Amino acid sequence: MLRLASKRLLGQAPPRPAQILSRFYHENVIDHFNNPRNVGSFDKNDPTVGTGLVGAPACGDVMKLQIKVDEKTGEIVDARFKTFGCGSAIASSSVATEWVKGKQMEEVLTIKNTEIAKHLSLPPVKLHCSMLAEDAIKAAVKDYQTKRAKVNGTPDAAPVEQAAQA
Amino acid sequence: MASKLLASSCRRTLARTANTSAPRGISTAAGAAVVAPTPEAFEDQGVVTVKGVKISARPLYLDMQATSPVDPRVLDAMLPYYLARFGNPHSRTHLYGWESDSAVETARSQVADLIGASPKEIVFTSGATESNNISIKGVMKFYKEKKRHVVTTQTEHKCVLDSCRHLQQEGFEVTYLPVGSDGIVDLEKLRSAIRPDTGLVSVMAVNNEIGVIQPMEEIGKICKEFNVPFHTDAAQALGKIPIDVEKWNVSLMSLSGHKIYGPKGVGALFMRRRPRIRVEPQMNGGGQERGIRSGTVPTPLVVGMGAACELAKKEMKYDDKRIRALQERLLKGIKAKLDGVVVNGSIERRYAGNLNLSFAYVEGESLLMGLKDVAVSSGSACTSASLEPSYVLRALGVDEDMAHTSIRFGIGRFTTEAEIDRAVELTVQQVEKLREMSPLYEMVKEGIDIKQIQWAQH
Repeated sequence: MLRLASKRLLGQAPPRPAQILSRFYHENVIDHFNNPRNVGSFDKNDPTVGTGLVGAPACGDVMKLQIKVDEKTGEIVDARFKTFGCGSAIASSSVATEWVKGKQMEEVLTIKNTEIAKHLSLPPVKLHCSMLAEDAIKAAVKDYQTKRAKVNGTPDAAPVEQAAQA
Repeated sequence: MASKLLASSCRRTLARTANTSAPRGISTAAGAAVVAPTPEAFEDQGVVTVKGVKISARPLYLDMQATSPVDPRVLDAMLPYYLARFGNPHSRTHLYGWESDSAVETARSQVADLIGASPKEIVFTSGATESNNISIKGVMKFYKEKKRHVVTTQTEHKCVLDSCRHLQQEGFEVTYLPVGSDGIVDLEKLRSAIRPDTGLVSVMAVNNEIGVIQPMEEIGKICKEFNVPFHTDAAQALGKIPIDVEKWNVSLMSLSGHKIYGPKGVGALFMRRRPRIRVEPQMNGGGQERGIRSGTVPTPLVVGMGAACELAKKEMKYDDKRIRALQERLLKGIKAKLDGVVVNGSIERRYAGNLNLSFAYVEGESLLMGLKDVAVSSGSACTSASLEPSYVLRALGVDEDMAHTSIRFGIGRFTTEAEIDRAVELTVQQVEKLREMSPLYEMVKEGIDIKQIQWAQH
């Protein structure tokens, strides 16, 4: 505060720009790009891990989202992502991994792409990146549940799966 | 506390005024100097925040195909015509007009000299886009009774393709020739595409995205054989490769000022006189520029373009040698540290100053975002307004996933070795970081063949 004031006094501070150049990248997007959270992988074959792989290289967007679920409570304890895509796609998947941590599986299915887009101030042309992130979350949860169903063969896996598909 | 801060700021001001008295160089080497600054001085420097990105200095400019800085010698030639000799070249009655006209004519001969033409065959326009429009629409509309067909390629500049589309809407027919995977047009296909009612063949000399040089002499020969006018968009070729309108047998050639270190807003059109090619003017008015392009000829801009052409003629060989060495340095530097790097387009038949690379498993826009200290451009979908990857790369037959990964490095007269080295360093760093984040790279490392996977699209 004081330093800025003293700088202004000496006429050293950078002048306020007369026009604010229109921003295409929100600060949050840049932040997630420069300091991505939760980049990495879990072991695919681990029964507590659900992997969602969505997108296509032809579209220029591929997201892999992995969740580690606590078997007893159904809570997502950790998440990792890897993305092939533009800055907005990387930021969307990074945000997705942050938001799913510590939540129940049913809860994360309600995360909407519009929320991710709003958090990152994505322009309309980039909305599909947030859609892909939402799909990735859903795919990861579905994959985990399929794994559990195979292991247990219990009926309680089925109604949750139906809720996921709804 | 406050007094201490004030004192330190005072000291810094004095130190800074001492440093900033040295004149700022023209080159963008400011960003290339990686001398570690003290942390406080770093903060005080003009931190530029554009589009949410904070960069510490102006980025290195490696996008010479988009535009080029004006050569100081060109600017020197232009300034008198803004300040003292500001007359309209078409004013016939006083000194201001006469001297302005004489400058325009000098510039005309400078441009003509560079391409082996006569000054009477040069028409000044507002840029290569206008010249392309005049050539394509003007020629076809003039000969519209007899000639209804145009032959061009799929990798032309947007203004050529759009003019052709406009002609199609008016009832003409257009053939868009495919190119090989090296970007070169197939001469046999060209030969078979020409019909008795073909009014124009348009093939650009040097492609702006991938830099490949088309076989101009051979195409010229074919056009002469069939007696079809040959138009070429030489905006990227002027001053960079030797051009001879006689050897190439071109009837029309579009030239641009701001690609050869000249001012923006000016270009030229070469129109052959023997045999004469006629066009319907697209700009109507007082009949300036022999009725082809009405409107006051902008003397300073035209003088600038002329000066730029003269410099280009003198320095073409030297520049070419230097740029070639820099391109090799760039390519070798990157390939030494990274695998999965593909050069798009033919390496042999290529203008050295254009290097279009694809980095496998890394997406172009995210790489550009990471390369914020280097000004380059990409053929990736995300950077175009639509979500389509570059049509030029698609015409090359580049796999769709690789089309999303391309970066175009443009090297020019003012690029230094330090800038190239820094660009190599930053590129390698960013690509490695993004590959760590890429699921495709991970899959490849695990030995999975990506092409076999069924992707779930939504």
